[in-house]
Amino acid sequence: MEHLTGSAAGGGDTARLAARGITVGYGGRIVIDGLDVSVPPRVITTIIGANGCGKSTLLRTLSRLLKPVRGSVVLDGDDIARLRTRDVAKKLGLLPQAPVAPEGLTVADLVARGRHPHQSWLRQWSSDDAAVVERALAMTGVSDLADRPVDALSGGQRQRVWISMTLAQGTDLLLLDEPTTYLDLAHAIDVLDLVDDLHESGCTVVLVLHDLNLATRYSDNLIVMKAGAILAQGHPRDVITADLLREAFGLRAEVIDDPVGDRPLIVPIGRAHVRPDRMDKDTVQVRLG
Amino acid sequence: MNGADMDGTGVNVTGVNVTAADVSDVERARGKPSVAPGVRLGRVSFVWRPWLAGVTLLLAAAAFLAFCLSIGVGDFPIALPQVISTILGRGEQVDEFVIMDLRMPRALAGCVVGVALGVSGAITQSIARNPLASPDILGITWGAGAVAVFLVTVSGGTATAVVNSVGLSGAALAGGLGTGLLVYVLAWRRGIDGFRLILIGLCVSAVMEAVTTWLLVTADIRDVARAQAWLIGSLDNRSWDDVRVALWCTLALTVVVAAVAFQFKPLHLGDDVAAGLGVRHTVVRAVLLLCAVLLAGVAVSAAGPVSFVALVAPQVAMRLTRCPTPPLAASGLTGALLLVGADLVARTALPITLPVGVVTAAIGGPFLVYLLVRANLR
Repeated sequence: MEHLTGSAAGGGDTARLAARGITVGYGGRIVIDGLDVSVPPRVITTIIGANGCGKSTLLRTLSRLLKPVRGSVVLDGDDIARLRTRDVAKKLGLLPQAPVAPEGLTVADLVARGRHPHQSWLRQWSSDDAAVVERALAMTGVSDLADRPVDALSGGQRQRVWISMTLAQGTDLLLLDEPTTYLDLAHAIDVLDLVDDLHESGCTVVLVLHDLNLATRYSDNLIVMKAGAILAQGHPRDVITADLLREAFGLRAEVIDDPVGDRPLIVPIGRAHVRPDRMDKDTVQVRLG
Repeated sequence: MNGADMDGTGVNVTGVNVTAADVSDVERARGKPSVAPGVRLGRVSFVWRPWLAGVTLLLAAAAFLAFCLSIGVGDFPIALPQVISTILGRGEQVDEFVIMDLRMPRALAGCVVGVALGVSGAITQSIARNPLASPDILGITWGAGAVAVFLVTVSGGTATAVVNSVGLSGAALAGGLGTGLLVYVLAWRRGIDGFRLILIGLCVSAVMEAVTTWLLVTADIRDVARAQAWLIGSLDNRSWDDVRVALWCTLALTVVVAAVAFQFKPLHLGDDVAAGLGVRHTVVRAVLLLCAVLLAGVAVSAAGPVSFVALVAPQVAMRLTRCPTPPLAASGLTGALLLVGADLVARTALPITLPVGVVTAAIGGPFLVYLLVRANLR
């Protein structure tokens, strides 16, 4: 655990965002039951887990989109449910899964909406706002697209624009729900490099990702979930093992050293196109008849 | 652990650290900023959108012109300058009587109903994120119609008593609001989903329409004629009493809408994004949808179910102002222009006098099609 700051594993007072004994459900169906977790500051934390394990539910609860039945979410020491949602928006930026912009809305206008928590009926736009929006556009590399309608962009560009809107919110705590969904690998890498830039500039980032190797490569802290509970949490080097993958996902895989990175690499083993000496015993028997 | 105590090398305006080198590099690489400039007047600041402001002003001017023309037209024609000077309180006695007492209520009713329908349509289309959503579809129009037809055709003790006490318009208003709220309650499922709202609105409207038809088929022929006259929206025979209520209701409701409009903007990006931006979206949407239902109800009670204005006005306004979402003010003004203009056409250009409801559909429909086709050709 030497890779983590002291608070990462334990959830002490330094955590920016923490869940304390939360139980969350949708209309009577409980998805998460009595979960504790804390998000260490200034690192990238990624929630992974099989489909339906409650990872998006956890992220939505942490971002106060879902109200827990029991327990509380604590943001910088305050119960998030007791804070004005507007004040939360000044501290915590959120990008939901697959957001859709109205047809014809330009990139600059969409990113400008990110300033909403800092505005009021009378003060709807100021030179500060313009400066922050320009900076957000520049950081995400979409300045040249500022006048284009969002719906005319490619998936990767569009995701950058949405992240740019979240940045314009001016928070140093960002929650991104599956920011690489629907993106090809090159664009996914591109978006995650951007997320890492944000982390380098001092942001605390929480992601939900589906791709395990991308999660391993880009996160400093993994939260592995299964059936609404946390199975493991920590640095990918400590967490990702063949046993854990089998337990969390029912996936048989080998964990090897990443030839280009300093993290583990997950090589899944299916039934097809696997060398006989690496096959599972059962599979070998089936194949050989 | 806020932005303040982070490393000192970065510029920290907003909590996100951007190193000075990054920004200046990027700013050097780029030319002129394309982010909309802001305007500041004392404590008030807003985004400067010259096109939107210009088109909105033009629409207001056009609506006022149509309003004055509508007042000038009649058995005793009055020239435009005279109409304007009389409205401003500097006219002659005769003109003043004709304009203020006889013709003003009709023209004003047109404006008020047009604004109410335009704003109502803009709100429902924005909330449902669907251009098909309009108060017509949300059951308000047919709910009001069914109640009105019921009271006209069923001559009984209770029905007569109701009409005598609150008037046909008042009862129709109650019917429209009741139906609108019913649709809202039925569509509620942990929040309001636009698609569900439209589907349930369509179903409830169809039921109300069926009830209306059934009442008309079984009713006495003289009552049917009266009911039909009510069912096609009309501005005929409006008195100051009719207009006054509608005017004040619409004014009050537009003030509420204007007050909430700022919180409404992020809702165009979806519920989750709006919530992330600190908008209490369920409250904002419930308030606005209630305003939309009330505005549509006021319009129906003042002029009967004038079709198509609420559907077309926001779409026309969107295309004229080049906004990606229905602009509230411009939609209201477009509605007023459309309704007063249609009434003007109905009374002057055609050989027979038609109710305004027929003409709004006849003008608004083709104009929207023209705008859509023009967009396709680009």
